[in-house]
Amino acid sequence: MKGMSIIVKTIANFTFPFILIYGLYVIAHGHLTPGGGFQGGAVVASGLGLMLVAYGSEWISKRIKEHDLSLLESLGALAFIGVAFCGIIFGGVFFSNFLVGTGNLFGGIPLNGAADINSGGTLPLMNFAVGMKVIAGLFAIILVMALATLKKEDAI
Amino acid sequence: MNKREYLGALFLTIVAVIFIFSALSMHPFGSPTEGDMDQYIIDNTVEETGANNGVTAVVFDYRGFDTLGEATVLFTAVAGVILIFRRLKK
Repeated sequence: MKGMSIIVKTIANFTFPFILIYGLYVIAHGHLTPGGGFQGGAVVASGLGLMLVAYGSEWISKRIKEHDLSLLESLGALAFIGVAFCGIIFGGVFFSNFLVGTGNLFGGIPLNGAADINSGGTLPLMNFAVGMKVIAGLFAIILVMALATLKKEDAI
Repeated sequence: MNKREYLGALFLTIVAVIFIFSALSMHPFGSPTEGDMDQYIIDNTVEETGANNGVTAVVFDYRGFDTLGEATVLFTAVAGVILIFRRLKK
């Protein structure tokens, strides 16, 4: 797949940072506002898909390798299960929320509905892990499909 | 109509009858039956998980095991797509 015209590239350049920031905001505020790892990861992956459509799969495959995406997705899955197993070690139960109420990292409890980002226990960590996994997984699907069609067009 | 079409019509009728009976036995729209679990989660989410967002608290804390299965589904889907399309590339 080749890149599109200069108009599309300019608009994609302009909107890409906003999509990225919005997706990361949805991931980071998953325990406070609607959203979470899955939703924010889908937003960021669609932003990367916009860059792929605008600039073409050759341009983007030089910058983002599919191997690295697989690595990132596996790391996200391992972090998710690792936090869950830390619940066994520190809290006694699988998926136990062992960080809440300790006052350390993410240990606060919001009072009277106040939105404090330093709260939620293990929920923000799991949101980050799932977000990393969804970003890498969804964009790996788009990238691999685009590269497969590219090679087939060359063969014909 | 041949035998195969009769069979298809029969199956469709059975499925439609099952759906109609289950739709009739549902509770009326807009008034869900309340369980003890609903009120417990509404009352104790903030104290137990420290999260303002009750949905995230249910998804990642109370029903964390379900989310693990969901993540496994995504992982399997991505692995399958990469497997197929990498073969296509060569």
